Amino acid sequence: MPMTSPDPVPHQDPITLSGGAVSIGGRPVVRGIDLSVHAGEFLALMGANGSGKSTLVRALTGLHPLTTGALRLFGTPLHDFQDWRRVGYVPQRASAASGVPASVWEVVASGRLTRRPLLRPLSRADRAAVEHALDVVGLADRARDGVSHLSGGQQQRVLIARALAGEPDLFFLDEPTAGVDLANQRALADTLAHLKADGATVVLVAHELGPMAPLVDRAVVMRDGRVVYDGPPLDDHGVPRAGLEPDLGAHAHHPDPAHHDHTPHVGSPLEGGGA
Amino acid sequence: MELFTLAFMQRAVLAAVFTGLAAPAVGTYLVQRRLSLMGDGIGHVAVSGVALGLLTGTSPTWTAVVVAILGAVTIEVIRERGHANGDVALALLFYGGLAGGVLLTGLAGQSASRLQEYLFGSITTISRTDVWVTIVLAAVVVLVCVGLAPQLFAVAQDPEFARVAGLNVRVYNVLVAVLAAVSVTVAMRTVGLLLVSALMVVPVATAQQVTRSFRTTLAAAMAIGTAASLGGLVISAFASFHARVAPGPTIVLLALAGFMLTWPLGVFLRSRQRLRAPFPAVQPEGHEFTDEHPHEHGPTCGHVAVPHGDHVDYVHDGHRHAPHGTHYDEH
Repeated sequence: MPMTSPDPVPHQDPITLSGGAVSIGGRPVVRGIDLSVHAGEFLALMGANGSGKSTLVRALTGLHPLTTGALRLFGTPLHDFQDWRRVGYVPQRASAASGVPASVWEVVASGRLTRRPLLRPLSRADRAAVEHALDVVGLADRARDGVSHLSGGQQQRVLIARALAGEPDLFFLDEPTAGVDLANQRALADTLAHLKADGATVVLVAHELGPMAPLVDRAVVMRDGRVVYDGPPLDDHGVPRAGLEPDLGAHAHHPDPAHHDHTPHVGSPLEGGGA
Repeated sequence: MELFTLAFMQRAVLAAVFTGLAAPAVGTYLVQRRLSLMGDGIGHVAVSGVALGLLTGTSPTWTAVVVAILGAVTIEVIRERGHANGDVALALLFYGGLAGGVLLTGLAGQSASRLQEYLFGSITTISRTDVWVTIVLAAVVVLVCVGLAPQLFAVAQDPEFARVAGLNVRVYNVLVAVLAAVSVTVAMRTVGLLLVSALMVVPVATAQQVTRSFRTTLAAAMAIGTAASLGGLVISAFASFHARVAPGPTIVLLALAGFMLTWPLGVFLRSRQRLRAPFPAVQPEGHEFTDEHPHEHGPTCGHVAVPHGDHVDYVHDGHRHAPHGTHYDEH
């Protein structure tokens, strides 16, 4: 049942998606999603690998186009949405490093680009926001170090600090705890508690919640591209048990989102799913 | 020093300095994207551009700029759309460019030595107009690379984050491709199309042996590039009194020598960093006491000291000794 006509009354909810569907390489992956996230909500998007939770988050941030459906961010249709400074995104990445050394401070400062005009040096407010973000994730003393010298969990905290630096009020976090040790998971949970206390809206994609379980207001569970549960978190993993066990066993992560399970790989140089 | 009063030598020095600044500036962003060989690919495609200029009787510099930009944008498009086999498509483009260039030069009735000026550089025969073109193009490349550094850095570091931050990632990617193409043609007269990638990549590889931040890497790469390019020119100029020494290869070999000298230092710094990275501050399961110890651990004992929570562990024969009162804990 496609619902393509946009609602004439502007919602102020951070996210309103109706009848959302996403195809990758022509194959429908995520279908029939109706999801409204209210301001200040802490939502955990859960499900097994290949259930489409990362794809859904990438659609919500505009990285994947919706094949059908209407998405509004803060009441504005995605197509017209310009206010990206209100959105913070922590992509699913195994590492914050690239081919050239970069300091923790530099990576976090790139989060200020949503608020910096072209060719303008960092303002005092920019510097203060970067320092605050580093404080919140507890890496202020590592600011001058190269990111590649940090542990995996610390690099995830750098990526979160980068999103924090832009001072957004809607956060998307794509599996920030994948492959992160317990001490760093606790540090992440502290950071997210801080965000929640500040009234931010959080959409967290996770396999398991661990130390973040107490923060979750609402759990959305996906299976095979559809929402199968939407409601309050039910047990200590924040996941309702009934009928879902078979999917929750798999814990293999796929840290490289470019090679997606949903698309058959193409063996010819000029073809390929440009998504 | 009399050498530098000669007009051709002054032109060569100007071209060397500006090329040395511009090539590593773009090169830093290419290395950051792990596209170190993109400059090489553009260089191969630009050979066709030069040949087109020779064939049509127009300035090879300008036809090379146009063809290199077309090639660079094509490479960028293939990269953006491509899956794992993007590199095969790039290879097709490279060899097509090189073969087309050699074929067209033959059709134009030009000798191979004319093409060789562009393949391996010929900085001392550079004309007054070419010097101006080099200076202007190199200045544009440097200004864009430094001025838009925050944006270009963010896009290369994490394109998905940059897109959600509202940056037009495709525009910035194409911009880098165009800048790379322009600096390839700028460096064409200095080190030549087949060696141009060296001037884009080797200074960056050298700089990152010792740097920890992006800004210092960019600045150091530009300084090293200029030093190598100027130094190579001067060395080849003085050596040419005794033997036939081409400036292009001299510049590249000097840059490589710089890398070979810095590399051991980088290996040392990285291994020290790894050994001294703090141990995770978790409560140890238990202690083993070692009351007898041949010496007291301290800053001068020679054992690697690693921070561990609120104290320091000394790595000793594969153990971790933590001072505790009058004895050492083993954990």
